[in-house]
Amino acid sequence: MIKIENIKKSFGDKEILKGISGVFERGKPNLIIGSSGTGKSVLLKCIVGLIAPDEGHIHYDEHELTNANRDTKTEIRRQIGMLFQGGALFDSKTVEQNVMFPLDVLTKMPKGEKLDRVNSALERVGLAGQNQKMPSEISGGMQKRVGIARAIVNDSNYLFCDEPNSGLDPQTSILIDDLILELTEESNITTVVVTHDMNSVMGIGEKIMFLYKGKKLWEGNKNNIMDSNVKEFDDFVFANKVMRKLKKG
Amino acid sequence: MEECISIGINSVFLVALVAFFIGAVTTIQTAYNLVSPLIPNYVIALVVRDMTILELAPTIIGVIFAGKVGSSMASGLGTMRISEQIDALEVMGINSSSYLVLPKIVAAVLMYPMLVIIAGLLAMVGGYLAGVLTNVITPTEYIQGIRFDFNEYTVTFALIKSFAFAFLVSSISSFKGYFTTGGAVEVGQASTAAVTQSVIAILLADYLLAQLLL
Ligand SMILES: Nc1ncnc2c1ncn2[C@@H]1O[C@H](COP(=O)(O)OP(=O)(O)O)[C@@H](O)[C@H]1O
Ligand SMILES: [Mg+2]
Repeated sequence: MIKIENIKKSFGDKEILKGISGVFERGKPNLIIGSSGTGKSVLLKCIVGLIAPDEGHIHYDEHELTNANRDTKTEIRRQIGMLFQGGALFDSKTVEQNVMFPLDVLTKMPKGEKLDRVNSALERVGLAGQNQKMPSEISGGMQKRVGIARAIVNDSNYLFCDEPNSGLDPQTSILIDDLILELTEESNITTVVVTHDMNSVMGIGEKIMFLYKGKKLWEGNKNNIMDSNVKEFDDFVFANKVMRKLKKG
Repeated sequence: MEECISIGINSVFLVALVAFFIGAVTTIQTAYNLVSPLIPNYVIALVVRDMTILELAPTIIGVIFAGKVGSSMASGLGTMRISEQIDALEVMGINSSSYLVLPKIVAAVLMYPMLVIIAGLLAMVGGYLAGVLTNVITPTEYIQGIRFDFNEYTVTFALIKSFAFAFLVSSISSFKGYFTTGGAVEVGQASTAAVTQSVIAILLADYLLAQLLL
């Protein structure tokens, strides 16, 4: 479980996050949704510690990230896996080297054990045997899956995904969503997914936080979306024609 | 090690080619300007030697180095920045600047002086061939000129310049690339800015070092 309290962040005089609090539960995908430019990625980067928030606290179960000492930070980092928007694979390394990278830097495992882990992670995301491919030789969907393999290879307790579906066709998107859901439920980890894709929201939205211009305006799950009476949230949800029909019908 | 290869080996051909022709052209032009019968022919070789070692090899090759290696460092790091590869390293707790930038600077500082030495030697070979083939100087005179009153300090000075230029180019270019923000357009801009600023830095450093050390 991750708990955030009153997270604020400004760049220059532009206030991007205006005090966001919430809880991300273990064992289900927690979605952060909102239209482009509302600060979803900035919030995610604050949570994983890539950006230092100006104010607020972030708790990883019993640990507090914001004023943790070095050792605690390293301890938390060891348990974090992150999938970036474009995959962010190291383009000079093979698929195998990419997935093995966290083990190389975070553990002292013998080579054989690392390779076993890499192979089972690749199998987990349906890419067994693709070890020697370069990132430029595989499709966008496969790059995302390698990114997921790299994020889970370390048996992470916390998985973060920034727009896992951006740039993918609808079918591949669903595969990726299902994969994220499966991993989260089976390994009982805390997963936070940033998205603006309504298909994902309806597919895996067990817990949803809606951001609008740096504020949290709505919270719920895919089953009570229709009951909201927040105008900005409705505008976001029902920008999608299918959703509009659903509401009428 | 990989960095050394990509920095050194990939530029060696261009460097060799340019150095060879610099030597050849310097020889012909010096010969053309030294019309007085009072000046012995071997002076041509001597001028070529001192010009290439002191100025042409380190500085002109520096400008080439900035164009080739500097731009590829800046665009490589810039691409890693905008595609979030640098963030991915940071999430794993890696200090990305020392992990990515330090090896590049070390490799540049190691490899660049070697390129300059190769350039200096090839320039003299180029001068020899051009001079002998066009009959402005005999082989004996050329060799005599190359050896005449040779001062080792010019080589030391060239190496000091090399270290300084390599450090300037690699650190300026890395800085530009590492702190890229935005998208593909900005990566291109970072790369251009890296080359321009590296070249300016080389010329300023060249002047300052000449004032200080000669
Ligand atoms: N490092 C940064 N410096 C300055 N502004 C930034 C930075 N990162 C993001 N922003 C700005 O913060 C706002 C929110 O960005 P982001 O969180 O990426 O939006 P999204 O919700 O689409 O993920 C944008 O206006 C963006 O320009
Ligand atoms: Mg984003």
